[in-house]
Amino acid sequence: MPAPAIEVTGLRKSYGQREVLHGIDFAVERGEVFALLGPNGAGKTTTVEILEGYRSRDGGAVSVLAEDPARAGSGFRARIGVVLQSSAVYPSLTVSEMIALFAGYYPGPREPSDVVELVGLEEQRDARVRTLSGGQLRRLDLGLALVGDPELVFLDEPTTGFDPGARRRAWDTIRGLRELGKTVLLTTHYMEEAHRLADRLAILRDGRVVATGSPAELLATNGAVEIRYRRAGELVVLRTDDATRTLHELTGQALADGLELEGLEVRRPTLEDIYLELTREEP
Amino acid sequence: MSRLGLLQHELRNQQRLFWRSRESAVFTFLLPIALLVLLGAVYGDREIDGVQGSAYLLAGMLGYGIVATAFAGLAINLVIRRESGVLKRVRGTPLPGAVYLGAVIASTLVVIALQTGLQLLIGVFVIDADLSASAGALVVALLLGTVCFAALGLAMTAAVRSGEGSSAVVTAVYLPMVFISGSFFAVERLPGFLEAIAEVLPLTYLLEFVRSSLIDGEGAGASLTAIAVLLLWGAVGLVIALRTFRWEPRTA
Repeated sequence: MPAPAIEVTGLRKSYGQREVLHGIDFAVERGEVFALLGPNGAGKTTTVEILEGYRSRDGGAVSVLAEDPARAGSGFRARIGVVLQSSAVYPSLTVSEMIALFAGYYPGPREPSDVVELVGLEEQRDARVRTLSGGQLRRLDLGLALVGDPELVFLDEPTTGFDPGARRRAWDTIRGLRELGKTVLLTTHYMEEAHRLADRLAILRDGRVVATGSPAELLATNGAVEIRYRRAGELVVLRTDDATRTLHELTGQALADGLELEGLEVRRPTLEDIYLELTREEP
Repeated sequence: MSRLGLLQHELRNQQRLFWRSRESAVFTFLLPIALLVLLGAVYGDREIDGVQGSAYLLAGMLGYGIVATAFAGLAINLVIRRESGVLKRVRGTPLPGAVYLGAVIASTLVVIALQTGLQLLIGVFVIDADLSASAGALVVALLLGTVCFAALGLAMTAAVRSGEGSSAVVTAVYLPMVFISGSFFAVERLPGFLEAIAEVLPLTYLLEFVRSSLIDGEGAGASLTAIAVLLLWGAVGLVIALRTFRWEPRTA
């Protein structure tokens, strides 16, 4: 098995006195889509910007494409593609000019017109960048990240602020990246996005990884079943890892007492439930 | 791609960006040329500081053009690009930062070559300036002035926090300098304390150098003090720029 595309162990980072990453561990295999999921302020962007080489770290080990991004140079940056959290481009250039400009920065770029097509901006090809909508700008940003034909693509909140239709189109494009054999690390605060796109994900909270694995693994390991019913009009919620026994005892007791369990409901938690549970603010 | 190839690629882009921007094309490029034509009609053959008015004005406007383009225009554009996140974005590509900034300065040189060329043509053929130029020394003066003020412009970017404020802050620095150093009129008519400030400003020495080479036909050897002062200011600007230049927005 080849070395992972990204390996992070014990990563720490402080801004002044405040430590924002308290020792993070995760690994991204080559060719997989990996999501860093967490609420605002959990440390997603800080983590990604350390991996991209924008920020230094205060502790721990980081390997990206077998290089240390803190010391890597042009050769490293030729192998990665970056979409930052906010789009930034030259407003007076056209879409084609912008993509051709970035193509010229890379040793082995893709054909710019193919990239325009890949991100679905054919109709805006000759439009000035300043006239694009927010969603089009984000797609241009993705095109700029792909034009160098990178092995690894970082997407920092690629769909924040999108309407549902635009989000679905962006998801299709990101799925297309996996088919191209790219490794993708994306951050998001939408569980649905991570679930639909990611092979594996890590959930971040307050600078710590609180869960990691494939969506199926997360469901299996955090699979406490919820049993709800009403007793004398009061809602009762039980959480159990041993649903069969709990349910058997509960219904047995109710039968013995001659009671009806009103509104009895047994449900497995969704990933959304697990995410909200794991990232809930401590009271 | 070789560094030279990258530099050419980025230089073409910087030129395109410059000429597409109305602010650059009008205020940075055209204003020093337009002022030369307008004021040329006023100054005419009156003597200033023992020199024909038109010739004195031409030298002043050459210096003003260099400050407007290499210092003010460069600083304002880089701050706006930094704050909008473009510089950070470019920094994430294989393009080396030094090549990017080298292309920005090379692009400035191209603009100044055109600007000073047009000003000289207007000076000779439109406002009839009496010149006895030493061409070699004049080219050295214009080149040295451009590089010195470009270094100071790079250093200036660290002092400006926001893209919106960049134009106001940079103008507040360079416009008084243009007056005090004598781009528009002779320094001797200034009050004592302003004259003292003028004695240390780089534009004062650039103008001395330009006048000596353009009007008196003196070689560069006659302006060694001016050359030393410009080199010193340029070096100070470069050191500050190397220590403080940022690629990421200050206002996150």
